[in-house]
Formats: sequence, structure tokens, C-alpha cells
Amino acid sequence: MSTNPSDKERWLKTTYRDARERPVRFSTVSDLEIEPLYTPEDVKGDYSESIGYPGEYPYTRGPYGSMYRGRLWTMRQFAGFGLAEDTNARFHFLLSQGQDGLSTAFDMPTLMGYDADHHRARGEVGREGVSVTSIDDMMRLFDRIPLDKVTTSMTVNCSASVLLAMYLVVAERNGVPWEKVGGTIQNDMLKEFIAQKEWICPPAPSLRIVTDMIEFCAKRVPRWHPVSISGYHIREAGSTAVQELAFTIADGICYVEEAMKRGLDVDAFAPRLSFFWNIHNDFLEEVAKLRAARRMWARLMKERFGAKSPRSMTLRCHAQTAGASLTAQQPLNNIVRVAIQALAGVMGGVQSLHTNSMDETLALPTEQAVMVALRTQQIIAEETGVTNTIDPLGGSYAIEALTDRMEREAMDYIRRIDEMGGMLRAIETGYPQREIAEAAFHYQRQLEKGEKTVVGVNKYQVPEEIPIDTLRIDPVLEEKQIQRVRKMKRERNSVAVREALLRVREACRSGENLMEPICEAVRRNVTVGEISDVFREEFGVYTDPGWI
Amino acid sequence: MAEKRLRVIVAKPGLDGHDRGAKIIARALRDAGFEVIYTGLHQTPEMVAEAAVQEDADAVGLSVLSGAHMTLFPEVLRLLKERGAGDVVVFGGGIIPEEDAKKLKEMGVREIFTPGASTEDIVKWVRENVHPRD
Repeated sequence: MSTNPSDKERWLKTTYRDARERPVRFSTVSDLEIEPLYTPEDVKGDYSESIGYPGEYPYTRGPYGSMYRGRLWTMRQFAGFGLAEDTNARFHFLLSQGQDGLSTAFDMPTLMGYDADHHRARGEVGREGVSVTSIDDMMRLFDRIPLDKVTTSMTVNCSASVLLAMYLVVAERNGVPWEKVGGTIQNDMLKEFIAQKEWICPPAPSLRIVTDMIEFCAKRVPRWHPVSISGYHIREAGSTAVQELAFTIADGICYVEEAMKRGLDVDAFAPRLSFFWNIHNDFLEEVAKLRAARRMWARLMKERFGAKSPRSMTLRCHAQTAGASLTAQQPLNNIVRVAIQALAGVMGGVQSLHTNSMDETLALPTEQAVMVALRTQQIIAEETGVTNTIDPLGGSYAIEALTDRMEREAMDYIRRIDEMGGMLRAIETGYPQREIAEAAFHYQRQLEKGEKTVVGVNKYQVPEEIPIDTLRIDPVLEEKQIQRVRKMKRERNSVAVREALLRVREACRSGENLMEPICEAVRRNVTVGEISDVFREEFGVYTDPGWI
Repeated sequence: MAEKRLRVIVAKPGLDGHDRGAKIIARALRDAGFEVIYTGLHQTPEMVAEAAVQEDADAVGLSVLSGAHMTLFPEVLRLLKERGAGDVVVFGGGIIPEEDAKKLKEMGVREIFTPGASTEDIVKWVRENVHPRD
């Protein structure tokens, strides 16, 4: 088959005619300009080298050979609010509705390494997620959940080492051996400095703790994913799709390099690295991003790091629809946005998916809103037929051309970051942070000039909004949790607590892996805040440089 | 003599890290000619009130997306009064339900902006409602 290189140009000049175009900018939500038509001329690579087959290098079409014909993605709705028993009830509800994995949202004090009774926790206990201060809370949170059967994802970063230790101790107390415990902990500190901004210590010691966890899990908890390399928050902070792709893969490169510096063989830990993407409104751009991510990771792992195991080269991922794309105005429209985003995720071949609820710009979701979000996934999986064939958009000229372009532009960023001395250095100088702030501002300007449309916000507004029911968090529960934590602290063995904290401190200083001492501390009722305080004292506290 | 430029502090009290909105507002106010000081994340109400007094600010814009607004906003108001700066105009934004916004305004927060508010509207509001303090 041959294509005359002038064919497309000829068509553009004679048949297409620019003059007939609507007076709008044809670009993605990330403002990537899109051509009127893609043809075989736009798809340059060799099929087997750059596209290939699902489950085979370079995995563009999917990490597994049978994909959704073998097993559907895991429907994993993120949940957490109030006291541990409130979230435990939501977990049981979700499991009873056909969800097959858990995903835990912690409240801000837990995420930032403060106990519920700390003064900085005031007003925040149980608000954005569940409050967990000690092993007692964690036991209640996972009450009657079979940890050897259900996999759990925990969204926590700077205090992740403590929460993972707690999860393992819950398993231990329920008679489940660590080798059988499966799940994921977000634990991606690099993107915290770039985007989500939850931190305790400066970047370098934060990276050391992450690497301790990668090493510990490789040896002791083989089914656990010790870090979920996350683009989600980078995108929510306002990055473009290419920036999300580039900075996330660059974070991944940094973790691999750190673990290899410990003397770990790349194939001993890389199969347990997983990714977490945002799925925004721009359908084709998102599908292309997911496909490009898999190909980039496969090539980097093989060529740059010399991975031998195919499992080290396959990028497996969780995805979540874009919270920032939802609107407080006409919230029912969000159901439609989420459905289209979720479909893009599925067309992109994700392994696990969270669909946002329509009321999330207003408050934490109600049970009814969560149910619609879960049903959205079930409708895609079981009614639309898109799971019948693998990577159904593969081979589309537009999709393949966009996939190539995203890979190319993301690799340009990665080269720039390499030249700066790697991601840790780039973060310390604020490079990715500034790039994202710039993109966020650009998008906001486009919205305000009407160059980009958000239905119900800058176009098609209605004068009177119909209010919807939202979830209210009872302020009384904060006091209840504080009293509970104080009682636990009074009743525990304070000598055992002090000894355990001393061991954690010694490990901070000696460079010994922190996880064993943290597990022991957790067994003795040492709290999230107390262990985080040791980090603060030993490693210092990071403060926001406040770049705008 | 040129008119004194209005000085606005954009602050992120509380523990959440959602600074996309605060940074966009800070930048839009700066581009509109205000003198803007962005505090950075994870401020306590004390730190915000102290910054307002130290910097002799005319207004403080608070951004909270963690649901802790009913604790943090009134605390900033109280601390400003305690430091003799009760006339500093306090406004804010975030994920704030309408009934909470109403209560906050009764307490003395001058305006609450919620998701979808445009920077133009916010700049216009600040122009019309913030004046140099004596």
C-alpha cells in the first residue's frame, strides 16, 4: 500500500477549504491544536514496533493479552468520611453493590501526619475523608473485610509509611499473612511537591521513605504496590495532558533510579510499580495519553533500565475521572461528563477506575450519587459492547497520530528534566510547579475569553439553579474522635511507646529501613502524629515556597 | 501623587493542598494592578492574621477546599479584630455550601466565591469593595 504524500495537502486545498471552518480554535482541552483530518500519512511508525499486540511489547494496545475479554477493570470507588465505623459501613455498602476493590480516602490531619487531637486538626477531622490516628481506628475501618480476598487502595502519601504499617498489623491480627495481602498505597511523594501539596519533610528525605517502602514491600509484602505514580493531581492542579504524562513518567524514572541505587534488581520491584491517571473531557486526547504512557514506560524500562521481565515493562494503571472538570452549576450534567470520561478510560485500557459523583464540587458524595457513578461503569462494561474487542480505537489515524505526538512531546519534557539532573532537582527549583501554574492560568484565560466552553458555567447558564441534596458531616464527630484518641493515649503503655519511637528515630538516623520499626510502633499504639513528629524532628519540615 | 496601590493577601489556611484557585486569583489580582502577597499553603489562622497586620493589608482573600471553612474563617475574623485589624476586608472561596456562605457573611466575611466564579468578577468585586485603610 502506498500513499501519495501530497494527497492530504491536495485534499486540504481543494476539498476541505478552511474558509468554511467555524470561527473557533480547534484544539484539545489542553490546547493542543488538532488537524481537520488524519490519514495514513500521519502515522509514521512501523506497526509491530510502535503499536503491536496487546500483552506484547511495547504494550501500546494494552498490558494484558486478553484485556477486558479476560477480566473487566476493577471498579474501585474512593470512599472515606467521618469516623472509621462510618467509612466501614460505606465499604460494606459498596461491596454489596458489586464493587470489587476498596479505596480509602483519609481526612486532612491523617494525610498530613497530625493526630485528631492536634490543634492543627481543628475543623478538619473526618471532613474530607476518614480520621485514622491509631491502630484502633484502622481495626474499625477494616472490620469484617477479608484482607486476603479484597484488595485495598489507600490514598495517602507523606504519612503512607504509617498507614501501610497499620494495614499490615490489621492483617496480622486477623490471621492473614503479609504475603497474601494485596493492594496499593499512593505514596508518590514527588507529585506531592509538584501538585497535591501534602508533605511533612523536604523532597530528599521524603524520597528516602518512599524508597524504604519499595524495598520493604519487594521483600516482605510481594503482592503490594508500594507506590502509585500519579498524574491525577498534576492534572487537577491545571497541567496539560502532555505535562501530566511527562511529569508522571519522570517521577517514575526517579523512583526506579533510587531503588536501583539501593542495589535492588530492577525486575525485583518494577513489576509492582503502578500508575494513576486523570481522565479529562477531551476524549481522543485521553485515549492517546493512556496508550502513549504504556509505550513510553515499556521503552524506558527496557532501553534505559535494562529490565528483562515483561512485567517490569508493562504499565498498569488506575484512573479517575477529572474532579476539576465537574461543575457546581447544573450538577446533573456531571453525570454525562463522568460517563464520557469513563468511556475514554476504558477505551484507553485502564485496569481500575473510579468514577466521580455528580455532587463532588459541592460536598462529599451522597450514597445515591455514588451509586449512579458506579452504575455508569457497569453500563459501560455490560451494556455498550466496547469490551468485546481490545483497543477498539487502535489503528484510527487520529488516535495513532495523537499517541505518537503525546509521546514525542512528553519525551521532550523528560529530556529537559534529565538535563536539570532529574526530577528531584527539577522539583527543588520549582520547574514542574511553574509549568503547571502557567498552564492552569492559560486555561482560565481561555475560559474567560470564551475560547473554551464549560456548559452551564460560561455558556448555556440557567438563571435559577435547582438545589440537590448533599452530604453533611456532623460536627459532633470531631469531638467524639478527639475524646477517643485521648482515652487511647491515656490507657496505652507509655514506656513501650517511647521505646518504639526511639527505634524509629534511630532508623531515621542510621539509614536502616524504616518499615519494621514503624510496624512495631503501630502495634504499640503509637500514632500517625507521633511518628510524623519524629520525621519532622529528624528530617526537618518543608514549607511551601508559595510560587505563583 | 499616585493613588496608593491596594494590598491584598491571598491566603490558604488549613491543611488541604488545593492551591490552583488561590494561585490563579493571586495572579489575576496582580495583573489587575493590586499588590498581592500569596502566603503559600498550610497556614494557621494566626499566621494569616499576623501576615495581614505585618503587611498592613487592605484585604485578605481566604481559600479553603477541605470543608473546614466554618472553623477557619471565623477564627481569622476573630484574630484580626483581636489585633486591631477588624476593618481589613475578608473575602473567600472554595467548596462552600450556600447555607454556610450565608452564615459566614453574617459573621463578617464580606463575600464568598464558589466554583465557576470568574477572575474578572472577583477582580471587579475587589475593586468595588476594598478601599485603603486609614
